[in-house]
Amino acid sequence: MIVFWVLAPVMVLAALGLVFARKAVHGALCLAVVMISLAMLYAVQDAPFLFAVQIIVYTGAIMMLFLFVLMLVGVDTSDSVVETIRGQRLFATIIGLLFGITAVIAVGQTVALTVTGLDEANANGNPYGLAELLFGRFVLAFEFTSALLITAALGAMVLGHRERLSPKKTQRDYAAMRMQAYAADGKHPGPAPTPGVYARHNAVDTPALLPDGTPSELSISATLRQRGQVREGFDDDIHDIAKQIEGGEQ
Amino acid sequence: MFDLLWLLIAIPLASAGILLVWGKESDGFGHLIGTVASAASFVLGVVFFIGLLGREDGDRAVSQTLFTWIDAGPFHVDMSILYDPLSSLFVLLITGVGTLIHIYSIGYMEHDERRRRFFAFLNLFIASMLLLVLAADYLVLFLGWEGVGLASYLLIGFWQHKESAAAAANKAFVLNRVGDVGMALAIMLMFAQFGTSTFAGVHGGMQNASGNVATALGLLLLLGACAKSAQVPLQSWLLDAMEGPTPVSALIHAATMVTAGVYLVVRAHAIFDVSEIARTAVVVVGLVTLLVGAYIGCAKDDIKKVLAGSTMSQIGYMMLAAGLGPAGYAFAIFHLITHGFFKANMFLGAGSLMHGMDDDVNMRHYGALQKAMPVTFLTFAIGYLAIIGFPGFSGFFSKDKIIEAAFGYNVWIGLGALLGAGVTAFYMTRLMIMTFTSQKRWQKDVHPHESPKVMTWPLIALAALSVLGGALAIGGWINDWLAPVVGQTEQHELAVAPIFITLLVMATVAVGVTIGFFGYARQPIAGETPPNSSVSLFTRAGRADLFGDAINDAIAVRPTRHLTRFLVYVDGKGIDGFVTGLADRIGDGADQLRKTSNGFVRSYALGIFGGALLIVLALLAVNLA
Amino acid sequence: MNEYISLSMILFAIGATGVLVRRNAIVIFMCIELMLNATNLALVSFSRQHGNLDGQIGAFFVMVVAAAEVVVGLAIIVSIYRTRRSASVDNASLLKF
Repeated sequence: MIVFWVLAPVMVLAALGLVFARKAVHGALCLAVVMISLAMLYAVQDAPFLFAVQIIVYTGAIMMLFLFVLMLVGVDTSDSVVETIRGQRLFATIIGLLFGITAVIAVGQTVALTVTGLDEANANGNPYGLAELLFGRFVLAFEFTSALLITAALGAMVLGHRERLSPKKTQRDYAAMRMQAYAADGKHPGPAPTPGVYARHNAVDTPALLPDGTPSELSISATLRQRGQVREGFDDDIHDIAKQIEGGEQ
Repeated sequence: MFDLLWLLIAIPLASAGILLVWGKESDGFGHLIGTVASAASFVLGVVFFIGLLGREDGDRAVSQTLFTWIDAGPFHVDMSILYDPLSSLFVLLITGVGTLIHIYSIGYMEHDERRRRFFAFLNLFIASMLLLVLAADYLVLFLGWEGVGLASYLLIGFWQHKESAAAAANKAFVLNRVGDVGMALAIMLMFAQFGTSTFAGVHGGMQNASGNVATALGLLLLLGACAKSAQVPLQSWLLDAMEGPTPVSALIHAATMVTAGVYLVVRAHAIFDVSEIARTAVVVVGLVTLLVGAYIGCAKDDIKKVLAGSTMSQIGYMMLAAGLGPAGYAFAIFHLITHGFFKANMFLGAGSLMHGMDDDVNMRHYGALQKAMPVTFLTFAIGYLAIIGFPGFSGFFSKDKIIEAAFGYNVWIGLGALLGAGVTAFYMTRLMIMTFTSQKRWQKDVHPHESPKVMTWPLIALAALSVLGGALAIGGWINDWLAPVVGQTEQHELAVAPIFITLLVMATVAVGVTIGFFGYARQPIAGETPPNSSVSLFTRAGRADLFGDAINDAIAVRPTRHLTRFLVYVDGKGIDGFVTGLADRIGDGADQLRKTSNGFVRSYALGIFGGALLIVLALLAVNLA
Repeated sequence: MNEYISLSMILFAIGATGVLVRRNAIVIFMCIELMLNATNLALVSFSRQHGNLDGQIGAFFVMVVAAAEVVVGLAIIVSIYRTRRSASVDNASLLKF
């Protein structure tokens, strides 16, 4: 009970947060909070299997899917506050409120039935009981659901497929392009050096030094540069260390 | 011999059919076929009449059932005919005068290219009228009734190209229709009350019928008779019917069709004998009409219209006599027959005058035709003397008896009839003077000449009958002849001796003639009709047919027009408006409704959620209940 | 027992409102997931109340199907985004009056 009364407000607040969050990522995180709280409620209600599945499948897989697609689609985009459809927000709020209140009242009307509890059903353990049902009574549903999953996977592959509109570039084409770029801009035709060749530090915001001592533009992520978070001023340390090395040798 | 009764009707009917179907080919001799058919019917009529004469007094009703007409369960009507003294006289009148008019028309319609069709319609009329008078069943009578109405319409509007003729034909038909409503209702009432419409069944059942039924039947039949006989209140069509060719006016609107109403009243005397109210109504209608007709006749300058007014008035006399009950039935028929002779005579004479005066009917353009058209003058004069009731002529005997019976019924009715006789004398004298004896007032290039023999011979024949027709009353022959049908003629108690009344009538007539003489023979007659502004109110009223048309217009035509306009408006605005309005409102509703599909998924989702809310609310409500 | 169901209803209502109010397709999808989770909670609670594991089996299947649904739905959103450069739900409004 304590668990319930602690988690219930949290869940409600998180749900509201999902609805009202301006940035989609914040909403996703609120949803994750809701899901984990739900998992705990399952645990309290003698459903340990579901508790595990909720965290692994729902929070772990589905939420991650959401976050991936969010990143793909545009993590920066945020909904404008202005509502385009007239009366939508008003009616949505009213109907939602009414629905919630009516449902709660309707539920309250139901006589508080005696809770039988799952002790007997879980006699051999919750997974055992579930397995009995799953591969017993509901085996057909189970088979169909697995077919559904396969179909969903195929569907996702088909939907995600991008049709190649131009012929695929071969290695020869890439080599020719590199040579042309070198002829036009003077861009180095070879690959960039692997990480660690020119790096001074393993921090992301420390630029690598080229052989002539200048920091390489390519070694810092554009985002960091845009944010102005590139670490500067390592030259003095290099001087000191170079001096130390020279001093040591003498 | 009487097995061949049906031929009386069949021959003219077949002739009409043949003439209409044979078409233009028969234009050369169609008129001859028509005349021969009419003559054949006349010959048959004479033969049958002689046959009936030969029978005993009580044996004079020959009924025949030709075939079953309608057989629909309890509604059973046979095509049955009855040849008895009453119908025998009518048969002779219709076929006799009819044949003479057929002969006359050969000459009168000589230059008309549709002459064959004219004769076809005339034959149709003869056949229908014969069916009317020979019927032994009210529904069969009605069949003939409608037939003569149709023939009248066709013949009045014979000169189709004339708009006035077409309008007059329509007017006659519509007014006759109003009367037909009365007839139809009467027949329906007969079926409801007696289960049959045969004369035997209805007249036999009158003994057990209640007074109200008799009154209703009588009044309804009177309505029908008023329309057909041009009595007040349905009289306004007769003067306009003069648009038809003159033989038509002579045959239909003087001698025969307009007398059908009188025939109906006399035939249905069993009904009228029972109901005092109906009889009084007939008397009133007759009296009013005879005075109205006479009044109108005084104010017209169109010779045919004067004669039409005169016809209206004389039929008023017949109706009056028929309404007097058993005292007057025989005299009504007697006057009907004599009137048929002298009125047809005068109409044909008018036709002869028109023929000679280039089809001009305006008496103001006549004058001094006595010398120019002597035969016409002589025959017309004989008809004139007959109608005013000059002693010795047929009209004297018939009209005198009616006035006598009227006095016996009620002194005021008698005085009214007397007055009518005086006015008749006046306007007929006026007509004679204006036409024959006064100064020449002819139009330019008019050369009056006598009509050809084919037209004058019928005139002479009818003139002779106008004189000799009085013989029917010798020894009360006609009363005895008709007694089996209408009952013995009762004698009313008269305050004075009959001879006194006769003298009174003659005096009144003399006064009328004198007034006419001094009014028109002593003074010059205007060459054109004086305008309405310069004549007295009485003349103006007479010229306007005593406002008959105006009254009809106000009572019937204008309210009906308003009603139809109102109904059209209601139909257009109300019903159409409602229906189209409904469609429009539904369209508007649909317009509003379509705004809900704005293409946004979220709006649709809102709708779905709203529905879900309703379901939950419903569940809650059910649970709470 | 009632409180679990009430909580489930409240979460469901919040999720439904979120579907109606947000415009970003992915956020709408997340709200749908919230609704599904709410029903899962109800199923599990009823299973405890009835004393058999049918409710938990139901919840299990819901999870599986939700997973499949998320996979396909997100793939659709991604492919739409590739062509239209926008993930707003309001852009698909051609079937209007």
